[in-house]
Parts: sequence; structure tokens; C-alpha cells
Amino acid sequence: MMIDGIDERLLGALADGLPLTPHPYADVGNWLGLSEGQVLSRLRRLVSGGVIKRFGVIVRHRELGYVANAMVVWDIPDQLVSGLAHKAIGFECVTLCYERPRSLPDWPYNLFCMIHGKSRETVLKQIEELNKETGLQYWPSEVLFSGKCFKQKGARYHAAPEIEPESVPELALGVA
Amino acid sequence: MTVQLSKNEERILNDFQRDFPLEPRPYERMAGNLGITEEELLEILGDLKKRNVVSRIGPVVKPQSIGASTLAAMFVPKKRLSKVAEIVSGFDAVNHNYEREHRLNLWFVVTAADGAGVQAVLEKIEEQTGLTVISLPLLTSFHIDLGFELK
Repeated sequence: MMIDGIDERLLGALADGLPLTPHPYADVGNWLGLSEGQVLSRLRRLVSGGVIKRFGVIVRHRELGYVANAMVVWDIPDQLVSGLAHKAIGFECVTLCYERPRSLPDWPYNLFCMIHGKSRETVLKQIEELNKETGLQYWPSEVLFSGKCFKQKGARYHAAPEIEPESVPELALGVA
Repeated sequence: MTVQLSKNEERILNDFQRDFPLEPRPYERMAGNLGITEEELLEILGDLKKRNVVSRIGPVVKPQSIGASTLAAMFVPKKRLSKVAEIVSGFDAVNHNYEREHRLNLWFVVTAADGAGVQAVLEKIEEQTGLTVISLPLLTSFHIDLGFELK
């Protein structure tokens, strides 16, 4: 779908989240010179057009005890990626699944899955199951658990300093 | 350091990760669903934010649908990790930045208006840290992020 500069500014204004006020969309509209109705209709359009994947409460799962976050990566022949990825996303534990380019010689992997759990053991067990049941086990793979989180906040796509409130730090299920 | 959640907090976190009301009084609607007042709900949400359980309420934008972004990684000598991470986090274009247990030990997402903007940030990071940045931009996303179910 087509998005314009106003959509971009609107998403930029929401990078730190919707204000916790009784009329939050009207307040966001005030920052941008839009009416409440315009803000809402643009957001609905962005949701139905797929630009916004979801709109809602964004949870920092680490704080809730989901401290084991693994990025599992495989080196798979390019033509097999789509088929294997579609098998992988059938697993409930896989929260995100991406194809990315290799960066040789340092990085030979092209399929990425994110798995979150309350303990390393649980996550490793889920990975083992995923590997076995999909056939992913036949390809070179590594598991990268996350360590310290230095920064987490909403993405900024548009520089609009006059409307940006304080920035907020988290890990993610977010964009990556 | 697991936080304790009340029943209402748990419902807020589980039920509103997507399909948040896009209507003039969204919090009033949420509160109605939970059987509490809007004022009580706003207080709970403010508190969840303060306790760092909730990052924000807002959109998760589909990667590459607006602007450009990449997942970047660096090999950072262990001793320099926190210093280098601080430099990287200092860029407004960097949203997630975290350590991973690997030789490539610092991972972050860079987002900008376009590819040239992303490239410029990566170059500045290389310049300021003297380290090489590997860039792994998204090719295909196979999964729709439906939020995160608390169990």
C-alpha cells in the first residue's frame, strides 16, 4: 500500500507509544495538526494495509521471566529456505522467522528463528524438536542466546524532533 | 527477577497486544472489558510502564514497509563491549541493541528513512568504534508477529 509523509510522521509520533490519556488519538493529532478522526482513519488504513503488523500493548518479556531468548540460525540452500521456513513457523515457540543474506566469510547463515522461553533448557529442548521435526537438523546451525540488553525502543523512521517525546529503552519481538 | 502480576494486569497484557481499540476512547473500552474504570486502567498501565513490563502501547510496523532497516552485528572485544554498546545505543537510529553469546557478540537494529540513511549510520558506527559492522537486511519475513502469549 502507499503511505505518505503524514503517515510517516504519525508513525514517528507513536514511536514512544500512545499517551496514557483519555483521548490519546486526539492528543497525537494535536502534535501533528491532525484531527482525531484523521489519526484514527489513517491508523486503521495502515493496519488493514499491513504496514502495521499489530497495534497494542508491547510487552518486555524479559521482565516477565522470559529470560531465555535464542536466535537460531541455519545455513540452508537458498531454494529450500521458503519451504523450511513455512514448516518452522508452524511451531508455537517460533515467534519470528526471517530470511537474511549471508555475509561471508563471517556469517554463513541465512534463516533466522527467534524462540523465547523461561529457561535455557526449555528453549534448547524446543529447538531440538524443531530441528528434528522439520528436517532443519540436516543443515549447519548455531544458537545465539541473548545476553545483556543495552537498548530497546520503537523504531524511528522519520526525523521529527519537535514531536518526539522522551525515548524509552527493551528486547524484542519487535521489528528486527 | 520475575514480576508478580495481578489478574487485571495479566489480562491487559494478554488481551491487548493486538487489536487495541482504534476508537476515540480506547482506554475506556479496555476498562469496560475488564470491569474497571478508565482511571483505574490508566493507573495500571502507567504502573506497568514504570515497572518496565510494558514498553509502550502502539504499532509494530512491518519491516521494510516504511523507511529502511537492517540487523547489524559486530565482533567486539569483551573488554570493550559496554563502551561500544554505549556508542551504538547513542544513535537515535538504533532501536534494539543487545549482546548475544557468539563471536559476533553485539547485535542491533538500525532504522532510517532510506537505505542511504542506514548505510550512513553503519559507517559512523564503524568510524567511531574502529570495528567492522556486518549488515544483514531482511530478505523475507515468514512470520506475522501476533504478540506474545503469557503462560
